[in-house]
Amino acid sequence: MATHSATHDDHDHKPQGFLDRWLFTTNHKDIGTLYLVWSLIMFLVGGAMAMVIRAELFQPGLQLVHPEFFNQMTTMHALVMIFGAVMPAFVGLANWMIPLQIGAPDMALPRMNNWSFWLLPFAFFLLLVTLVLPGGAPQAGWTLYPPLSLQGGYSIAFTIFAIHLMGISSIMGAINIIATILNMRAPGMDLLKMPLFTWTWLITAFLLIAVMPVLAGAVTMLLTDKFFGTSFFNAAGGGDPVLFQHVFWFFGHPEVYIMILPAFGIISEIIPTFSRKPLFGYQAMVYATASIAFLSFIVWAHHMFTVGMPVGAQLYFMYATMLIAVPTGVKVFNWVATMWRGSLTFETPMLFALGFVIMFTIGGFSGLMLAIVPADYQYHDTYFVVAHFHYVLVTGAIFGIMAGVYYWLPKWTGFMYDEKLGKIHFWWSTISVNVLFFPQHFLGLAGMPRRIPDYNVAFAEFNMISSIGGFAFGLAQVFFVYVLWKASRAGVKATDQVWEGAKGLEWTVPSPAPHHTFQRPPVIDDSKLAHGDVTH
Amino acid sequence: MHPTRIRSRLAAAIAALASPVALANPERWQLNLSPGVTASSQAAYEMHMIMLWICVAIGVVVFGAMTYAMIRFRKSKGAVPDTSFTHSTRIEVIWTTIPVLILVAMAWPATTRLLALADTRDYEMTVKITGYQWRWRYEIVDYRGQAQDINFVSSLDLDSNRTRMLGSGLDPRAVQRDGVNTYLLDVDRPLVLPTDTKVRFLITANDVIHAWWVPALGWKQDAIPGFINTAWTDIRKPGIYRGQCAELCGKDHGFMPIVVRAVPRAEFEQWLADNGGTLPPGDLLATTADGPAAASAGSL
Repeated sequence: MATHSATHDDHDHKPQGFLDRWLFTTNHKDIGTLYLVWSLIMFLVGGAMAMVIRAELFQPGLQLVHPEFFNQMTTMHALVMIFGAVMPAFVGLANWMIPLQIGAPDMALPRMNNWSFWLLPFAFFLLLVTLVLPGGAPQAGWTLYPPLSLQGGYSIAFTIFAIHLMGISSIMGAINIIATILNMRAPGMDLLKMPLFTWTWLITAFLLIAVMPVLAGAVTMLLTDKFFGTSFFNAAGGGDPVLFQHVFWFFGHPEVYIMILPAFGIISEIIPTFSRKPLFGYQAMVYATASIAFLSFIVWAHHMFTVGMPVGAQLYFMYATMLIAVPTGVKVFNWVATMWRGSLTFETPMLFALGFVIMFTIGGFSGLMLAIVPADYQYHDTYFVVAHFHYVLVTGAIFGIMAGVYYWLPKWTGFMYDEKLGKIHFWWSTISVNVLFFPQHFLGLAGMPRRIPDYNVAFAEFNMISSIGGFAFGLAQVFFVYVLWKASRAGVKATDQVWEGAKGLEWTVPSPAPHHTFQRPPVIDDSKLAHGDVTH
Repeated sequence: MHPTRIRSRLAAAIAALASPVALANPERWQLNLSPGVTASSQAAYEMHMIMLWICVAIGVVVFGAMTYAMIRFRKSKGAVPDTSFTHSTRIEVIWTTIPVLILVAMAWPATTRLLALADTRDYEMTVKITGYQWRWRYEIVDYRGQAQDINFVSSLDLDSNRTRMLGSGLDPRAVQRDGVNTYLLDVDRPLVLPTDTKVRFLITANDVIHAWWVPALGWKQDAIPGFINTAWTDIRKPGIYRGQCAELCGKDHGFMPIVVRAVPRAEFEQWLADNGGTLPPGDLLATTADGPAAASAGSL
């Protein structure tokens, strides 16, 4: 019995003392907690920057900040949210849940795990300190397109070193996840019996290893162009500014899927649990994820339809991009089919998961529209694009993370969060996020470019509505912090299974999960697994 | 807000969504893309609407099924899970094949329109556009076979520029021209183009990457130092068409607008002559004056 071996070593052996517990930790659960707390802090920092942006855009005319600072805010908001909030949140969830889902005692490389995390504060110190350096933070957008990104002061060097550190951290995290999943599964946990969250992370980890070095190379070339007299991207020296965009987006497009595939995994755990029914088309889900990952490598130039590519290249990238709709559609249809003939309840994780499916699909629709070159000539670099990627990243990736946090929180803290507060957080977030981002579609279609600090009066109304939605969404996340804080201290005691319909090894260990679990491999009972039956 | 005002604004918004008439410049409460004034903008608008309605149709089916499931299969209504419904090869083949067919149906009109947009041959006029931080330079290179030497810089108008300063205390709503709010969308010298003429653009930049975009013309094209990109337009309707730089180019990225004044050919040729341009031989304007030789001498 899985439960027996898990509880056998239930005496905690937590290191005593704050530094021993947190700084020198090699425990996957503590490192997972560090990652999650870190990402929450960065989410608030990046959110504060978004509030500056929305406050300045509240009405036409410049009221609060200079355009230079506005550009620093858009650049830093993106870098902090992508590398500080979304990616570490997924790594935190992976650290906590993958060993529990596959019956492993810890990650395969625990010391490297510690280092992966503790690089991040140094990376973000380098990045955020630029805000107070002479010349300010980078202001060329998170894409760092030269020649603009090379015009500023030394902040570009700090940014590049920060990106190098984040890249090393991500690559080590990815190596650790692959090594853990391939080597440390409990006997009987075949690859095609693994939970979807573990599967999507396995695929995501390969994406990370493939593309983070590409980003590192691209920014290193920026560094040598700026400080060592090379001309990789300098046309006057025989270089090519568009080369940077190709290399950057060869990283950047898979990066988009790095930020969404683990969310697909989380949603694929939650919908079956609250439908009380196994995931529909489990194998199709795995193969769809792998197809999306493969396609993500061959569509990068759809970010560049206006740079002046040959028409043949435009057609290829348009067709390849449209193809992604097929496996993505399969995933959405499978989630709906999982709910079909189920027995549904709507606790907070399920609400966030359903919100994810609907709003991510809306972001998918605008993505499909953006793939169409003749229409993209109008959409490109407008607020339509801003609306699109915030639907897939906020109501996609971040709603996925929040769904996962509510879903597994009782397993971490041993307490049920306050269901009423969780539901308030969901509805407050969902309404405000749509007030925030839906009008941005209209602004883009009416002709408002992105990354501008001020705009014509024709754009005033929808910008004001969007800003009001932004402030409300920001406040909702402060409320989220309160809900988490409350749930970490007290509440109704959680059972081991937590949710009536939950299946899988992580629900066989006690709540809160003891410091060490599965020190002896659990005996796998296929009928107790979510996907023990491999016929589908 | 007064209810009748809300109603009139709603009516305006709905009209903006439904109206087939060309909205040349951004309107308050504008919801949808403008069909513009060129074949390219018409193509973009048509592809946009095709895609929008296909997505709406798919959305109705998918979200409809979800909503039905959420109402019909609630545990609180006594729904019992059918745990055997976890796989169906037939359904999965169907919902993989149908999207592929829909994609082909989308790709076909997109491809034909893109190929038309990419064809810059048979132009009658060439304009070179150079992006600078933070203004545009326009050079009329040739017009109907005659080399031209007209070259000027187009910058944000003074009224907008004063108003946009941080803490200027000036009201952006007061920046108007002919009753239209032109805040951040007006320049000191607009680019004048003839209607019903295929104009080829050569687009580059001098410092960083910019992008030249006038929504009513239907496309944007990056202006990249070291590259010369080509694009074309053929404006059907005289008018003033406003746009902006669409690629982040530094602190004043939001303050380098584009204004195209499209005028009938005769009026354009008058403008060309007034600005020292060379009219083509046999041209009505040129021959009614002192002849082609005199017209070209005027450009010296």
